[in-house]
Amino acid sequence: MARIDLNHIRHAYGANPKSDKDYALREVHHSFDDGGAYALLGPSGCGKTTLLNIISGLLHASHGQLLFDGRDVTRLSTQERNIAQVFQFPVIYDTMTVYDNLAFPLRNRGVPEADVDRKVRETLDMIDLASWAKRKARGLTADQKQKISLGRGLVRSDVNAILFDEPLTVIDPHMKWVLRSQLKQLHRRFGYTMIYVTHDQTEALTFADKVVVMYDGEIVQIGTPAELFERPKHTFVGYFIGSPGMNVMPVAVEGKRAKLGGQVIDLPGAPKAEGNGIELGIRPEYVRLGAKGMPVTIRKVEDIGRHKVVRASLEGREIAAILGEDENVPADPHITFDPAGINLYDKSWRVEMGA
Amino acid sequence: MEKTWNNKAWFMVLPVLVLVAFSAVIPLMTVVNYSVQDTFGGNQFFWAGAEWFEEMLHSDRFWAAMGRNLIFSAIILAIQIPLGIFIALNMPRKGWGVPVCLVLMALPLLIPWNVVGTIWQVFGRIDIGLLGYTLHALGFDYNYVNDPFDAWVTVIIMDVWHWTSLVVLLCYAGLVSIPDAFYQAAKIDGASRWAVFRYIQLPKMQRVLLIAVLLRFMDSFMIYTEPFVVTGGGPGNSTTFLSIDLVKMAVGQFDLGPAAAMSIIYFLIVLLLSWVFYTVMTNYDVEK
Repeated sequence: MARIDLNHIRHAYGANPKSDKDYALREVHHSFDDGGAYALLGPSGCGKTTLLNIISGLLHASHGQLLFDGRDVTRLSTQERNIAQVFQFPVIYDTMTVYDNLAFPLRNRGVPEADVDRKVRETLDMIDLASWAKRKARGLTADQKQKISLGRGLVRSDVNAILFDEPLTVIDPHMKWVLRSQLKQLHRRFGYTMIYVTHDQTEALTFADKVVVMYDGEIVQIGTPAELFERPKHTFVGYFIGSPGMNVMPVAVEGKRAKLGGQVIDLPGAPKAEGNGIELGIRPEYVRLGAKGMPVTIRKVEDIGRHKVVRASLEGREIAAILGEDENVPADPHITFDPAGINLYDKSWRVEMGA
Repeated sequence: MEKTWNNKAWFMVLPVLVLVAFSAVIPLMTVVNYSVQDTFGGNQFFWAGAEWFEEMLHSDRFWAAMGRNLIFSAIILAIQIPLGIFIALNMPRKGWGVPVCLVLMALPLLIPWNVVGTIWQVFGRIDIGLLGYTLHALGFDYNYVNDPFDAWVTVIIMDVWHWTSLVVLLCYAGLVSIPDAFYQAAKIDGASRWAVFRYIQLPKMQRVLLIAVLLRFMDSFMIYTEPFVVTGGGPGNSTTFLSIDLVKMAVGQFDLGPAAAMSIIYFLIVLLLSWVFYTVMTNYDVEK
């Protein structure tokens, strides 16, 4: 396992990139700690798979440097980097047995057959496929095939990292949960450096210690699931994480107060931001519905089981609030914002509020 | 859900049954009819039973032609299948080279059989043909009219030129349908070029290869037009294949009975061998 440093990595698929728009990855400067479980989260086309392929060496970045444990691997081939990768669709060698599939990466590297046998048996136990060893791989279910893909990485005990590219896309929902928890277990037991690409926030938040949110070819925030939820650094993170996403509305700031149309909201501190493009973000979880505060008109109440989502209109703008299952919408509804949940954004980026 | 069973859907296949009846079943039955009767012209027929079949199965001429057919098909498959795979593997996967290669590959397939025969018949002539004349000028004793070996080489090269493209196109279709992830995974697993071919490309091409082998076998086993145009079955009988012999017998000598019996035996052999190929290739790696 290794620590992975991305040193000002940029990548463009076309030759001669001119503007920022030509880059699939604009600039990524980040380190993945040895033994960490990371999720790369972002919408389709944000560059997460590009970044993953640059780490595994399937792509070579057009600019920047890549280090494994301080060693420059930027120009090395995939095989020399010693990386394992699990793809979106299960890749298995149809004509081989499960056992031979797992032995394949070792045999290619000329490992003696006795060691191959020992490692393959260990790995079969790890991925719970010991009783399937002699079966042809083609007859297996999608989740078993995906485990074989993973197993081909695990079997090489010296891999620098295991990369996952949306590995649960073709897996049935109930098996997704099982596989995810097995992955977590493997991570805890063996301490692999794991990087997991996904566009599913639940997957990212349950799998990873640290979530890397990407947007438009850039990393917009890296943090624990709680940090991403409480303090989104960019309005995109606010929208993208949480269901429903964060409410974001343009405000005018005056000292410790923000003005939204005719309403005044008290801020927990005085932000160092002024002028146009200031926005206030608050998650629906921190919007309180009651008899006091700013008047709203209710448009719709969605009961989604554990709680209700109230869609309301505040000063002509959509706002979502979350209401407990047993709470009811008051007759003359007003809302207040819990100061703990208020974030301010200047041109989409979060600004700190002073005391 | 309850399913209602009725057989009305059979009416849907009626048109195709009628078509197949006229195009295949009825002509085949006519042949069966001829094969068990004898005629001396006019429209008079006499019952002959299995006589023609016995005659055929004891005929040296028949078995000699059959042997030539088997050898020819074996050579054709041995050359065209590996060559087709090799060319398909080396064709470009993207860029302007793709349409160029595809068109080049499709060209021989568009030429009618007798034209292919004529092209090679002229091409190989030692007096005016580019190939024949050049070989002669270079001191090779090449003459497909006199030398059975040269005649065979000419017919085989002609067939390779004409039909390898089909194998190439089928294999290429199989190759481009392999997702990139397989190649990427193979890189990560450290697979050699050979291992990629053996464990990814070949298994993924298996189905199209089955079709290619069947088509090339059946076609080469029934070869008629090209050798007929180039060599006319000669020199001697050296390139007289079953189909050529059959036409000689049925049209040239007007021996309808033996020719019909021969047709049926010929047909059954094609059917049997195709079935063998199919079974072997589809059962190749079925779970034991």
